[in-house]
Amino acid sequence: MNKHHRVPSNRTLSSVEVKSKFGAEFRRFSLDRSKPGRFDEFYGLLQHVHRIPNVDLLVGYADVHGDLLPINNNDNYHKAISVASPLLRLFLQRKEEADYSAFGTDSLTRPKKTVLAAVLLRPDANRKKPPVIISLPRDFRPVSSIIDVDILPETHRRVRLYKHGQEKPLGFYIRDGSSVRVTPQGLEKVPGIFISRMVPGGLAESTGLLAVNDEVLEVNGIEVQGKSLDQVTDMMIANSHNLIVTVKPANQRNNIIRSSGGGGGAASGSSGRSSDSGASFYGYFTPGAAIVTTPAHIIQNFHPEELESDEDEEDLVIEADGEALPIPRAASASCSMPSLPRYEPHLNLRSTANGALASSTGSLSTVSTPDRGLEGRSLEEDGTLITL
Amino acid sequence: MKRFRRHGQESHRDRIKQELYGFNKTVEHGFPHQPSALVFSPSLQLLAIGTRSGAIKLYGAPGVEFMGLHDENAAVTQVHFLPQQVDLVTLLDDNSLHMWTLRAHHGVSELLETGRFTLTGPPGAPPSVTRVTAVLTHSSGDMLFLGTEGGHVFVVEVPGFRELEERNISLENVTNSLPEDYGGRRILEHVESLQENPVNPRQVLIGYGRGIMVIWDLERHSAVKHIPATQQLESVWWTEDGGHVLSSHSDGSYCRWMVAGEGTQSEPEKSEVPYGHFPCKAISKIIQLPTEQGPPFLFLSGGMPRASYGDRHCISVIHSKTHVALDFTSRIIDFFVIRDGPDHIGDPSALVVLVEEELVVIDLQTEGWPVIQTPYLVPLHCSAITCSHHVSAIPLKMWERVLSAGALQNTHYSKKPWPITGGQNLSPDAPQRDLLLTGHEDGTVRFWDASGVCLYPMYKLSTAGVFLTDAEPNEPNMNQCTEGEWPPFRKVGCFDPYSDDPRLGIQKIHLCKYSGYLTVAGTAGQILVLELNDEAAEQTVEATVADLLQGQESFRWKGHTRLEVREEPVTFPPGFQPFSLVQCQPPAVVTALTLHSEWKLVTFGTSHGFGLYDYQQKSNVLVRCTLNPSDQLAMEGPLSRVKSIKKSLRQSFRRIRRSRVSLRKHHVNSAAKVQEANARLEAELAEMELAPVQRKIEARSSDDSFTGLVRTLYFADTFLSDSSHHTPSLWAGTNGGSVFAYQLRLPPVERRSEDPVYANPAKEIQLMHRAPVVGIVVLDGHGSPLPEPLEVAHDLARSADMQGCHQLLVISEEQFKVFTLPKVSAKMKLKLTAIDGSRVRRVGVAWFGSSRSEDYGESGLTVLTNQGDLHVVSLPGVKLQVQYPCIRREDVSGIASCVFTKHGQGFYLISPSEFERFSLSTCCVVEPRSLVEVPSQTPGTTLPRAQPDGPSVAHRNSTRDTDDVAVLQEIQKSLEGYQPTFLENNVKSALAGGKVLTNGD
Repeated sequence: MNKHHRVPSNRTLSSVEVKSKFGAEFRRFSLDRSKPGRFDEFYGLLQHVHRIPNVDLLVGYADVHGDLLPINNNDNYHKAISVASPLLRLFLQRKEEADYSAFGTDSLTRPKKTVLAAVLLRPDANRKKPPVIISLPRDFRPVSSIIDVDILPETHRRVRLYKHGQEKPLGFYIRDGSSVRVTPQGLEKVPGIFISRMVPGGLAESTGLLAVNDEVLEVNGIEVQGKSLDQVTDMMIANSHNLIVTVKPANQRNNIIRSSGGGGGAASGSSGRSSDSGASFYGYFTPGAAIVTTPAHIIQNFHPEELESDEDEEDLVIEADGEALPIPRAASASCSMPSLPRYEPHLNLRSTANGALASSTGSLSTVSTPDRGLEGRSLEEDGTLITL
Repeated sequence: MKRFRRHGQESHRDRIKQELYGFNKTVEHGFPHQPSALVFSPSLQLLAIGTRSGAIKLYGAPGVEFMGLHDENAAVTQVHFLPQQVDLVTLLDDNSLHMWTLRAHHGVSELLETGRFTLTGPPGAPPSVTRVTAVLTHSSGDMLFLGTEGGHVFVVEVPGFRELEERNISLENVTNSLPEDYGGRRILEHVESLQENPVNPRQVLIGYGRGIMVIWDLERHSAVKHIPATQQLESVWWTEDGGHVLSSHSDGSYCRWMVAGEGTQSEPEKSEVPYGHFPCKAISKIIQLPTEQGPPFLFLSGGMPRASYGDRHCISVIHSKTHVALDFTSRIIDFFVIRDGPDHIGDPSALVVLVEEELVVIDLQTEGWPVIQTPYLVPLHCSAITCSHHVSAIPLKMWERVLSAGALQNTHYSKKPWPITGGQNLSPDAPQRDLLLTGHEDGTVRFWDASGVCLYPMYKLSTAGVFLTDAEPNEPNMNQCTEGEWPPFRKVGCFDPYSDDPRLGIQKIHLCKYSGYLTVAGTAGQILVLELNDEAAEQTVEATVADLLQGQESFRWKGHTRLEVREEPVTFPPGFQPFSLVQCQPPAVVTALTLHSEWKLVTFGTSHGFGLYDYQQKSNVLVRCTLNPSDQLAMEGPLSRVKSIKKSLRQSFRRIRRSRVSLRKHHVNSAAKVQEANARLEAELAEMELAPVQRKIEARSSDDSFTGLVRTLYFADTFLSDSSHHTPSLWAGTNGGSVFAYQLRLPPVERRSEDPVYANPAKEIQLMHRAPVVGIVVLDGHGSPLPEPLEVAHDLARSADMQGCHQLLVISEEQFKVFTLPKVSAKMKLKLTAIDGSRVRRVGVAWFGSSRSEDYGESGLTVLTNQGDLHVVSLPGVKLQVQYPCIRREDVSGIASCVFTKHGQGFYLISPSEFERFSLSTCCVVEPRSLVEVPSQTPGTTLPRAQPDGPSVAHRNSTRDTDDVAVLQEIQKSLEGYQPTFLENNVKSALAGGKVLTNGD
């Protein structure tokens, strides 16, 4: 795979190279980055260049993280143009054949797979999808979750913020302070790190899970006690793509009461659970969609193994021919220091190991995708060989 | 079972780690920061310096150094050696006295504190009664006279610090013995000076602040004589024959008094104001020494006419008709004179002056009184240090060429050997020749011999001559004094902190030790390529402009302009002579620089981009802009107004608020000044509580400031595009976490001067965590770092393994990440910041030899973090090996100044003028090892050498590197015709025999 031998494209800042795929056909053209136009014009252009004037299309593009994201209005169209660097790769499907599940936006769960595999391995015709969906749950990305509820003291809260692919700033500040601890010598004042400010409209504020004066106890499993404010800042920034902070909320009245077993009374509408390890909140991720959901209801349970699987983000490598590819990880093991105890209660009820995929795509390592518990999330294969 | 075995392996690894790594701060190079006291022991031939931070440092012969630090964080105000002993007494600012001794331990002397003492006055007495102002160590060696602010003299027995109350000379005793017209204790004031009669140890002269001096007989416990000086007393000197006393005074006068005979002398024999007529400043110290034949030497410190030269720091030396006012560039702390002869009572041979920023030694026996170059205590900071670069194992040929170039620059120094010769240097000979290069603000590069304990200046390169500046191209002659000028000033010393043009400042240095090519880069985007030439040459330096913006519009450079280049040919003295100049446009400070002498290429980077320059053809090969158009700060130049205005506004608001708070407090209680200060401090603290320091938590984005700043540049011959052909390549890492790789095509050697060099973009890597890339290393098939250019050609390194797969190690501030090559895919990584919140500040590749087995060694990365911790990271496995705290995290400039050597040592600035040397390796340690013995009363006998301890000898010579390195160095030595004196070395290190291993090779 990946045997392009083209002259290095001049990646000028003004124009966007577009590579559009419909079925087995590719079209290449370019757009002016500064004047992308409207979505309907673009839609017409696509129909024109592919010579399919009367076909209803579902347009998707691969973003820098390897996610396949939809283009269906001006906002996400502009977003797609703006993030395309250097190449905007489009995938067109007939609307009636469209497999919405392909828009797996949350690449976090499939870090070892490129989006192209996901798209191209998708069966073309034999899948029937509901033609009308009012709102696509897959268009939502998790923005935050409370995790490890069952192993933490009730007074503490471990919050995970998904910065990945977000436009929103993380949006909070921390400060030095002091907290009172119970020690064998009695009460003792010890220095601590506290949240000092929330940026309005930021990710942290929008989740409702963090608040001013919450004491930060851990960052991605590492205790902050004894560390300076600058150290904690650097730790948080280094983990910003997948930040897990354990806090002692200043307001202890909204804590999850574990024994209740059912829903009720929890902060920001999170429900208590007896067996689940956490709760995820899904927020809307593209700016262009109609509704701004409050991250109030739980869509699905969260798998803690993601903590680990997401540790490795993929760096971007641009080869001389100008293609941007996420770096696949080599077979040898990563030696990143384990920061959190691995915790896998729900792992792999159904593994979709894919022999054909493994044999055909050399560098794409075979992954047993953990089932996320949603219909149609798992990948299937139809033996198509792909070369990129 | 499995677990058990793994445990065994771990402990095995732990043992290897112990054999490879060990942390020691070994020696401080340079000049102590803020010296406050000086003393010399003629019998030991050691000089001691006390500092404001409570350190005490002893220096003897080159290489003989000792250091001690008082627990109290108080300034050392006085230091005194006990006569004919290896003990010394220090007086601190907090009025405590400390006894130090040089104790021999395993054949090596150590400086130890053995006692402390504070005077206790009678109950209820004010603290001034016991506040020590003058100290006299009596020649008997067992008594200390302590003069106090209250005018009393206390007598203390040493070394035990036992008060001899019955011998105290109280103010009452003295006033009672004074004639009536001197009556009243008021007139005496504090004890300014205590002097012992050089010919009669029973007599002690007590000089009081108000001017009166009393000669006291210790046995009769009564005053012998009064000297009724009327001016405020500054210092007293009892001439060697005991017949006269010289006193110097605050009005700039000095007097000579006869002391022979009983009774009071009302008038001085001689009174003079040397710089007379108009009011003069005080003469703070006076010394007069006789010569065997002829008139005596007179040394005066200060005494300059107040109005016209009151700001000068001068010592006047008067001998016969010769009168010179040595004019120093910083404040005089103290001075002493070294005398000839076995008993050190002959003619004055050298004047040693400690000024605030340097030590100056003047040869008094050579015509013109030239300066003797100091082998230690060299002012590293004569112009502020802006960068440093270390080169290990310099070939002998190159070393000699640099030395001879340096010798030509030092012709104005005295030929006399260093006059301070105390102690025996037992350190083994330096295993290799190491150079430390420091770049300075004035555009000079200084070459230091960093092989051993003494950081010795070798050669100074000035780059200012290439450019048109306001400064004179030729240094003004230091030794010239204008005819007929009065006072007869003569400038001495080299401390000159004033830079004529800050753009000349050196920011990056890279030296190829094999070819003698040097490249230096500066603040105004200038990159000079220089070549070592043994002859003086007149040449024009060709300038090439590198436009790093590449047509980026919307750019406004608000910084300084480019340096103007001299059009006409310039004569360069022997040494490194510039032949090529690249000037970056915009002229931003150069942030990365690398030279490849085999390919004859230089690459440089600024905050705007990077370039590749072919110094053979004198042309740019490549210019690449890395600027992010949304990066406003980088666009605007080095003086980021946006930030500074914001900052200054914030500060001024704070100031206003603070003053309001303190005003309010002031109205409430009009208390004393101390209370007011306290209140202000409290208010400040309260303010800090109110508005605590906040830190924003935000992911880095491509729009951050200075993402395009080039942090590191690297040349590698590796597999960039396919796994069958290796090609030269250039790698650049930026502040925004990007790595750019270019494939280089060099013409064949015979066409090198004609055919162009090509650079084609091959790869770009964007690290997702976007942390600044601070280092790039390519590891060969064996996982070892690629050798330096020409290293293999000179048979001094194993050639890189080109069979196995190469790997790319990208070091960002946050992680160490290994990628495969040629296809870049992540292989493994070590996270640093995400785990402990520290960030990589400095990184180097080093070879660690095992202290136990000579044939074992490992490469590793030496890392300094922003927390001031040192780490060693293994290669190629990128695993954390050891961690040691080294620098305080608040010491930002110390951390920024750190430079690593290739053998696991390093240097960092502990003050503007001092490098601390440290070692991470167990087998490469450079530290002072010296012996000082109790002076024998019979002069002329040689000090007996310490005998080695029998059993420890066998272990001492096992301190060499792995045989690889050793063999290579053997080869190098034999190539250079150097006869290794192994036997000698072994004997020496056996003598040393301490607990810390010395360096073999």
